[in-house]
Amino acid sequence: MLYLLPFWTLLQKEVQRWFVSPVQTLIAPMITSSLYLFIFGLSLGKRISVGTDITYIQFVVPGLVLMGVLNNAFANSSFSLFISRYLGHMVDLLVTPIGPAQFIMAYTIASILRGLVVGAAILFISCFFTTLPVFSPWLALLMASLASFMIAQLGIIAGIYSDSFEAISMYTTFLLLPLIYLGGMFYPISILPPFWQGLSRFNPLFYTIDGFRHCLVGVGDSAIAVSFAVTGAISIVLFLWAAALLGSGHNLRK
Amino acid sequence: MAKSMSNKSLAGPALEIEHLTKAYSGSVVVDDLCLRIESGEIYGLLGPNGAGKSTTINLITGVAKMQKGSVRVFGYDTVKNYRETRRLIGVMHQEVVFDPFFSVGKALRIHSGYYGVKDDPKWRELLIEKLALGPHVDKKIHKLSGGMKRRFMVAKALVHKPALLILDEPTAGVDVELRRALWDFVSLINKEGTTVVLTTHYLEEAEQMCDRIAILNKGKVVAVDSTANLMKQVERRTLKVWLDKETSTLPASLDEFRPSSEENGRVWRFCLAGQQHSGQVLQVLFSERIGVREVETHSPSLEDVFVNITGIDRTETKAK
Repeated sequence: MLYLLPFWTLLQKEVQRWFVSPVQTLIAPMITSSLYLFIFGLSLGKRISVGTDITYIQFVVPGLVLMGVLNNAFANSSFSLFISRYLGHMVDLLVTPIGPAQFIMAYTIASILRGLVVGAAILFISCFFTTLPVFSPWLALLMASLASFMIAQLGIIAGIYSDSFEAISMYTTFLLLPLIYLGGMFYPISILPPFWQGLSRFNPLFYTIDGFRHCLVGVGDSAIAVSFAVTGAISIVLFLWAAALLGSGHNLRK
Repeated sequence: MAKSMSNKSLAGPALEIEHLTKAYSGSVVVDDLCLRIESGEIYGLLGPNGAGKSTTINLITGVAKMQKGSVRVFGYDTVKNYRETRRLIGVMHQEVVFDPFFSVGKALRIHSGYYGVKDDPKWRELLIEKLALGPHVDKKIHKLSGGMKRRFMVAKALVHKPALLILDEPTAGVDVELRRALWDFVSLINKEGTTVVLTTHYLEEAEQMCDRIAILNKGKVVAVDSTANLMKQVERRTLKVWLDKETSTLPASLDEFRPSSEENGRVWRFCLAGQQHSGQVLQVLFSERIGVREVETHSPSLEDVFVNITGIDRTETKAK
């Protein structure tokens, strides 16, 4: 009971926390994605060719879905950790029998669930704009889960290191969004000049976006196996980093 | 009433602290602290601001990292067996903190689960009833008044039926009604077997509630004893006498009571040490035909003990 119930309670609490504010967590990304789909899909999209068998809107949808997944998985773990430190109720967790492993898994699973729910909602919205040539839905689900696992670790790290709202927003503004937008969300990196193509391959989120697109619609710049390998390796590094921070109590225990 | 874990299988002292040391930025806050608190006690940790009371509590509960020493709760080491010790402890921190996303009832259910304790609706409802939280159970916590938030904090500390309850300044800034209700409830759960450790700035509360008291100053324990024994340390009973008329001198036989005058000799104060008593002073005054209008005796309080031991006058501190 000292292992499973505390973990299960923390997981439920983390999931319920984003369920109680659906406008922020679910409706807002759906509206944003609808706007992207309208602009890039129905208006500009007809004039853009990405040099593949699929239309531009079919190319953009996987990127939009994964952007929703990544943004929300990151927001869930980072905000929850940061706000509980900022408001002081982190002590409510620190005095309980919840260990670092339970802690990290509860926050991670809650983040993955939120990411996948938002991703599914965006995918549902996209059905009103286009029909996707689905390649491998299970592999796509696996990549979305792995990508949200990876970014949830980054969220935990950001939530532990950040001491102000400005600091936590910097992770989104200066790290996450540039990496997502420059990771081939709106374009295949194959259309870029060789230097920028090479540089894009150092962007870890390129492998999540490209890998997800490859799994979902069968079009990608990189092999699916490479995308899984890179995303998996980065996930392990970030997980170990987050686990070390939680284990040592860095910025959590005085 | 639901029993705490102390009534099941726990033996030995509720809390054993050995050579506990903690420093922040080179400044020692807790200095080689040793304490032993027996099961079933109500134990007071007193001391001026910065004495190390809250840091000690943070070290016991795991909010702060220990640098040296050890803490055992009912025989379990708080580092090696942290899951067991944290399950046994319920703590109400000095700062009112809560998760703003949840209602009172929901938050209590969550807290029970955090400790690996299945929700016990009867116990939860009893807490809600005893702490008068009934009308607010469906409200978000941030919508409660300050006093109600404090009541919620108490319920939160108790919802998993801890064997050791730690209350850090539970009555700071709360009204008389809540203070009375809180102490009545603490007495009740103590009778049911829960060991209680408390800090408070209201020394009269500690005097009434605690079986034993430790006084901390600059991170060290400067006195530990039963409340009664601590009171005996200060032989400062005084007798204050209002006379019929101003008197500049008193009979020499009263010198042993170290008389001092106020209001131009209208009021006299006498110190009573050891076996001395008020009757001896009054007998001399009557025999010398000095008219007495009013008398007042003052027994030593924990406040006097505190001042005597720490050298800190709390009335001056409060005034500042």
